[in-house]
Amino acid sequence: MSWANAVVQGVLLGGLFALFATGLSLAFGVMRFVNLAHGDLAVLAAFLAVSTTATFDVNPFVALLLIVPGFALGGYVMQRLVFNRVMGPDPLPSILVTFGLGVVIQNALLEHYSADSRGLDAGDIEVRSVRLTGDISIGWLPLLTLVVAVAVLVGLQLLFSRTRTGRAFRATADDPATARLMGIDDRGVYGRIMAIAFATVAVAGVFLGIRQTFGPADGPTALLFGFEAVVIGGMGSLWGTLVGGVILGVAQTVGNQVDVRYDVLSGTLYGHLIFLAVLAFRPQGLLGRRGRA
Amino acid sequence: MLDVRDLSAGYGDFQALFGVDLRVDEHETVAVIGANGAGKSTLLSAVAGLVPATGGTVRFAGEDLLAVPGHHRVGRGVALVPEGRRLFPSLTVEENLLIGGYARRPGDWHLDRVLDVFPLVRPLLRRPADLLSGGERQAVAISRALMANPRLALFDEVSLGLAPVVVHQLYAALPAIVEGGTTVLIVEQDIGQALAVADRVVCLLEGRVSLEGRPADLDRARITAAYFGAAA
Repeated sequence: MSWANAVVQGVLLGGLFALFATGLSLAFGVMRFVNLAHGDLAVLAAFLAVSTTATFDVNPFVALLLIVPGFALGGYVMQRLVFNRVMGPDPLPSILVTFGLGVVIQNALLEHYSADSRGLDAGDIEVRSVRLTGDISIGWLPLLTLVVAVAVLVGLQLLFSRTRTGRAFRATADDPATARLMGIDDRGVYGRIMAIAFATVAVAGVFLGIRQTFGPADGPTALLFGFEAVVIGGMGSLWGTLVGGVILGVAQTVGNQVDVRYDVLSGTLYGHLIFLAVLAFRPQGLLGRRGRA
Repeated sequence: MLDVRDLSAGYGDFQALFGVDLRVDEHETVAVIGANGAGKSTLLSAVAGLVPATGGTVRFAGEDLLAVPGHHRVGRGVALVPEGRRLFPSLTVEENLLIGGYARRPGDWHLDRVLDVFPLVRPLLRRPADLLSGGERQAVAISRALMANPRLALFDEVSLGLAPVVVHQLYAALPAIVEGGTTVLIVEQDIGQALAVADRVVCLLEGRVSLEGRPADLDRARITAAYFGAAA
């Protein structure tokens, strides 16, 4: 793999990380809420896609049509019934509750699906690619992942900046008590934000499952990559998640290129190093605003 | 229109109001005066739903307002201009005004009419709300409340921290608001200002009503005593 190709593949990989990061970033940006079960939810979505494709004999992309609305509803209900009760000035209760949710999801998956690795078969698209130059070719699947990530972010950006609902989201993020004075039900806003967060992580999980094999214990790794993308890009900044995802992706693929001595996963180390460097020198993230993060 | 009886409220263990009675009639302008910490802002906050009441009743247009969740009160016609203005900093001025109308009642207040009352806001519409002067902020905060078409507007500390000339400008808009059919309840530390604009004045002292009356009927000595307590 050439250097240029490593960069191109990293940018494409960044699309997947951005999808993981979007929900984390939204929940943190609007309600200062950190969901430690985020990665496990992605894996749950991938397993549900396994069952859906097997039951209805459909493509995983078709399974998304069932899983994404289901996750959105689940996110809304979870926020209204559980998360809203543990939110407050002390972050510890919400961290404990979401950590616990992650443990429950992991063990439920282990119980139901066993510890075996699974994969999702999306057909031809997984192996087809278009050759750009002599040594750079772009796979359809990574390209689709990046396009979906950008589309999700553009959609959310338009929702936030152009609609009445988006204005209410931003007002609630600024000052929930004053938002209530305007007639905005902040708890309802939180429910809708978590619905979006769950929906995006479901998309991320299914794309992850098509890209590679996965097991019930893979959630924390997905969470870590999502977190790293959020921190690199800037907490609460939507476009920051894409920038963070792409930087993390490029760091990993270029890292693989630098360091081929151990195994193909050694590139993740370079992603962690970039993450640490950002945390040390620009803790608000590249696109984050100082004082808000 | 607004009938507060025996209202108690506070923050956690700290009680700020002890059995306050207050009546505001339709189309009336009432000013609540009192020293720092007398409970003026708590009174408005409890009516608007920012602070939970711990006792007593608040009836608005015949309805038990305390049974209405805070975020539904603006839709009932009660809008608060909070102490400290509390604009949404990441929204533009125009977006702040539109948010003010998020749960608006049908009525005559709309963006253009609000801007006619506060012409200084018009050139600021595209500006982020955190880049305004204190007077501009207050004008936007009042405009934002009007966008909800309130039947009762609660103004908390309109003049606090503002230059006298700015305060004068803001109060100059009051007649237009009142003539529009809005009943006004003002909290004001500036006694002179309160006496000048209000039909009736209520003074709070340490969470209790210490004086009530029409400005013409109140002399300086009584107000001073009610404001600072018997020791003054």
